[in-house]
Amino acid sequence: MNRVLSSRWTKVAVFLLCLTPILLLGWRLLGLARQGWQGYDPKLTADPIAYITHYTGDWTIRFLLIALGVTPLRKLLDLPKLARYRRMLGLFAFFYGFLHLMTWVWLDKFFDPHEMVKDVIKRRFITAGMTAFALLIPLAVTSTSGWVRRLGFLRWQRLHRLVYFSALAAVIHYYWLVKSDVRLPLMYGGILAVLMLYRAAAWLRSAPRRERAKATSPNTVSLRD
Amino acid sequence: MVTRKPSDLRYSQVTPKQVYLNRRRFLAGSIALGALAGASSALATTKLNGVKKSPFSTDEQATPFDAITHYNNFYEFGTDKEDPGRNAGKFVTSPWSVKVDGEVAKPLTLDLDAIFKLAPLEERIYRHRCVEAWSMVIPWIGFPLNALLKKVEPTSKAKYVAFESYFDRKQMPQGVWAGIPFPYVEGLRLDEAMNPLALLAVGLYGETLPNQNGAPFRLVVPWKYGFKSIKSIARIRLVEKQPPTTWNLSAPQEYGFYSNVNPEVDHPRWSQAKERRIGEFAKRLTVKFNGYGSEVASLYSGMDLRKNY
Repeated sequence: MNRVLSSRWTKVAVFLLCLTPILLLGWRLLGLARQGWQGYDPKLTADPIAYITHYTGDWTIRFLLIALGVTPLRKLLDLPKLARYRRMLGLFAFFYGFLHLMTWVWLDKFFDPHEMVKDVIKRRFITAGMTAFALLIPLAVTSTSGWVRRLGFLRWQRLHRLVYFSALAAVIHYYWLVKSDVRLPLMYGGILAVLMLYRAAAWLRSAPRRERAKATSPNTVSLRD
Repeated sequence: MVTRKPSDLRYSQVTPKQVYLNRRRFLAGSIALGALAGASSALATTKLNGVKKSPFSTDEQATPFDAITHYNNFYEFGTDKEDPGRNAGKFVTSPWSVKVDGEVAKPLTLDLDAIFKLAPLEERIYRHRCVEAWSMVIPWIGFPLNALLKKVEPTSKAKYVAFESYFDRKQMPQGVWAGIPFPYVEGLRLDEAMNPLALLAVGLYGETLPNQNGAPFRLVVPWKYGFKSIKSIARIRLVEKQPPTTWNLSAPQEYGFYSNVNPEVDHPRWSQAKERRIGEFAKRLTVKFNGYGSEVASLYSGMDLRKNY
């Protein structure tokens, strides 16, 4: 399995797989455009703009959770090579999040800065969504190997823990926006909780080792630095 | 199944008047209800004949039939807007019975036949504004609610009209997840209910109502947000006190009793200033009372519509 995961072709395949949601959406929209936007595609519903908004939002949360699932899966299944996919999956979360944001900026607010600012301040679900996206920006910017080097791995790692808060804000954003049927946001929240509990457990389990490391070599750089 | 109409055609152009009149003469104004009994598909509708035009109709472009029947909220059948069209197909709407009682001199129980014959049917092409900030133009067929209310003779104690939807967990299994209590209940003040715009609809686009749009008959209150227009009505009661309403019970700070379309009063979570007309790209400005102010604004004179949202 690790060999398959190491292959460049597997990475290309995963990349293409991550693109399929947007390609599918683009294909359907193209079909609608060919009919001069007058037709009716049951998949796009009678309100294609609402559909695009929900679709890109859904995929953003999904990719956030998939990216957050990489480390637990890597450890549980003992597949170190899975780590190669984490950056790409995280960047796809950013990509779909950006499309989601632009759907709102363009097709909902029509680039009206006054309305956008008002909404961000006044509507708490938009505040949460905007927070989720804003937290992803520094992570996308520092996603390159160059930035890992420049920041040093430990500092880079700490910065990238912002993704936990981004995912939490994204789930809250979804929860606050639905009218009454909260099953889907709760499901995403549940998955996020499991992924975070795994990290908490792993952190607690490694506590004695950290203590020992600290006690035996006081000169080593502490993780808290 | 049903032949689709090209969406760029206006409804009035779909059936040439000559054809319409010929058919009407042929059927001699009789209402063909027979096929209703065997309604098994969501779109198993029957043509309604002898329908009058109404001066209350808008001449705006009607939303295509497909959009009206495949994009709406009917939480008993699921909370996605595509769910009612998917899940309401097997809903049994015949036989049907509606009890009309409470503070009235002459309580009534209506069966389907009685409902369709209660008053002359009219086509009313109304704007429909959902609280979620989208809108449609819908060619309903029905009769004014006041025709029914006059029949039962409300007593002096009757101040409000309370409506209750049909609910059957077996037929509406998706309703369990809706997050709101069923049966769905709604209400109007008696003077609102007597307003000639308040419609009891039995049809859509020239045919009986498809299940997903609230068959066999529903309320349409065009100057209020869509959720006030209760579907698949099973009971109507005239009452003295303001009756409970489902969305108000579920989220009182978001949905009030009146729920008049009002661009000046935002939903706490989103603005009501604009709306997206289904089929259009840019948003439209929402008009107070959904553009029916000249008919209904006087009902609310002296009321603070911010408090009575």
